[in-house]
Amino acid sequence: MDERELKQKSIQYRRTVLEIIKHANAGHTGGSLSCVDILNVLYNHVLNVTPANFHDPDHDRYVQSKGHSVEALYTVLADKGFYPRSELDTLERYGSHFIGHPTRKIPGVEQNTGALGHGLSVAVGMAIAAKKDRRAFRVFTLLGDGELAEGSSWEALMTAAHYQLDNLTIIVDRNEYQITGRTEDVNGLEPLAAKFSAFGCAVTECDGNDINALVGVFDSLPFVAGQPNLILAHTVKGKGISFMEAGSKWHHRVPTDSEFAAALAELAQAEVNA
Amino acid sequence: MEMGKANLDEFAETLLALAQADRHILAVTSDSRGSGKLTAFGEALPDQIVEVGIAEQNLIGIAAGLASAGKKVFAVSPACFLTARSLEQIKNDVAYSDQRVKVIGISAGVSYGALGSTHHSLHDYAVLRAINNIDIVAPADNFETREVIRAALNHPRPLYIRFGKRAMPHLHPPGTTFEIGKAITLKTGTDVTFIAIGEPVAQAVLAAEKLAAEGISAGVISLHTLKPFDADALLHAAATSRAIITVEEHSVYGGLGERCASILLEKRIMLPFKIVGFPDEYTVTGSQMEIFAHYGLAPEGLAATARTLLHAEVTG
Ligand SMILES: Cc1ncc(C[n+]2csc(CCOP(=O)(O)OP(=O)(O)O)c2C)c(N)n1
Ligand SMILES: [Mg+2]
Repeated sequence: MDERELKQKSIQYRRTVLEIIKHANAGHTGGSLSCVDILNVLYNHVLNVTPANFHDPDHDRYVQSKGHSVEALYTVLADKGFYPRSELDTLERYGSHFIGHPTRKIPGVEQNTGALGHGLSVAVGMAIAAKKDRRAFRVFTLLGDGELAEGSSWEALMTAAHYQLDNLTIIVDRNEYQITGRTEDVNGLEPLAAKFSAFGCAVTECDGNDINALVGVFDSLPFVAGQPNLILAHTVKGKGISFMEAGSKWHHRVPTDSEFAAALAELAQAEVNA
Repeated sequence: MEMGKANLDEFAETLLALAQADRHILAVTSDSRGSGKLTAFGEALPDQIVEVGIAEQNLIGIAAGLASAGKKVFAVSPACFLTARSLEQIKNDVAYSDQRVKVIGISAGVSYGALGSTHHSLHDYAVLRAINNIDIVAPADNFETREVIRAALNHPRPLYIRFGKRAMPHLHPPGTTFEIGKAITLKTGTDVTFIAIGEPVAQAVLAAEKLAAEGISAGVISLHTLKPFDADALLHAAATSRAIITVEEHSVYGGLGERCASILLEKRIMLPFKIVGFPDEYTVTGSQMEIFAHYGLAPEGLAATARTLLHAEVTG
């Protein structure tokens, strides 16, 4: 898929994310919008994952540690053909398998997440298994920046470096906000790139909402042989809808009818401009 | 029943009022200030809130340290994370070390509804019951919430308090007294007694009303304290009604129901008895109330369980 097509996909994904959040009257709007470009490039450019090969032992693995951004993941998996888009109308409904956090009951989901600070350890386990079996599959995981306060993430980083997991790529959705406010006001993370480097990762920073930049970074994997890859993706929480680019405010807010209409209008305009 | 507010709101208002009068009272949060309705607390008393980031293990360890240095600490975070992720900190740093932290599990049970099992706490009674030196309370309504938060301040042991975020009806007449470890009888019944804990108490009251309309005399006990356990209240109910149904927003394993069953059996008391709670399966997706209805914790399901139990007793 070329970059123009990928950009169109991001707009379409943002529309679906908002539609399903609106329909469910629940969801994590800000974090889904900040990471949707990353998921787009992963699933349409990087991962060798399709419904046909999902049970093949050599398929690439993606673990979404920031499970609350499930709407972005469910949206992309529907587009990849794991299930019809219409099934997402049951999101969070009574009796539905579409729970408000990733679950393996849904085709295409690799690991149940939702409690923060778990995904990286699981991804490390997958990457060690690949090394042991000399398999070529790669492992990708997406973490929130607020999530990094969970100590388990740093435990997993030490293991990843120790086992020289250059088949593992850790993407941090650095949108600078969590629920309470700015990460730097809640529990400061900086200097973050230096911390990751000190923990033995090969660190690359990029604009995580820029398709071209993401394609370039993923194309240069692995960054350094023998080191886990860490992409510090600078993003905007609520990206793509002007009034949702407002820090923590849209963490788990559902748009009103008029906000929803305004958001769709912005996306329609973006489609024209693209 | 007259509706009140969410126990969560009652908790936050009570804590703020107490903390305004005592600067040693601290709230410790893990990006949970908004979920804990403590934003106003943080604004009014910025020096009395300690924010640790999304790090629940850190939260409990820090709370233990603060308590050891003389602070009156309320560690506030979703019950699901506190009683799973931070369990070792609760066991060692709080309970075993006898640091009198008040561990506040918000949005407990299935309050988070369709967010799924990562966000449910249906195991917390079971795991905490098996840990020495921590008491366990789940208030049913605003009154019980207010009272347990006040009582927590001078409680002589570590304490776990859990509640939900949905508005609750007022269950108690004015003049009711509250004491940790002392169950409250809301209604006596000669046919069946519901012994319930936490938010399901209100469901049991509605079930009892339904049954009364059918001529079945149903009692309701709010057994708000799981530990220390008020065995006398259970034994009194067993002596005065023909059947007992326990109701809890928790797994049927290791909670209120099994506690009651073991006491009755050890006393060789046999009577029709049913534990209503969550079966050992993937919890159905839905809102808290949809999930309650699905597993028979809503008034209709509870009334049906009572009818079945009483019928079985008659027909043998
Ligand atoms: C262990 C755990 N603690 C708390 C939460 C509640 N929670 C859900 S999202 C969130 C904020 C996440 O912030 P961040 O990681 O920055 O994600 P993003 O900004 O990408 O949405 C919190 C505290 C959780 N899901 N898991
Ligand atoms: Mg963030």
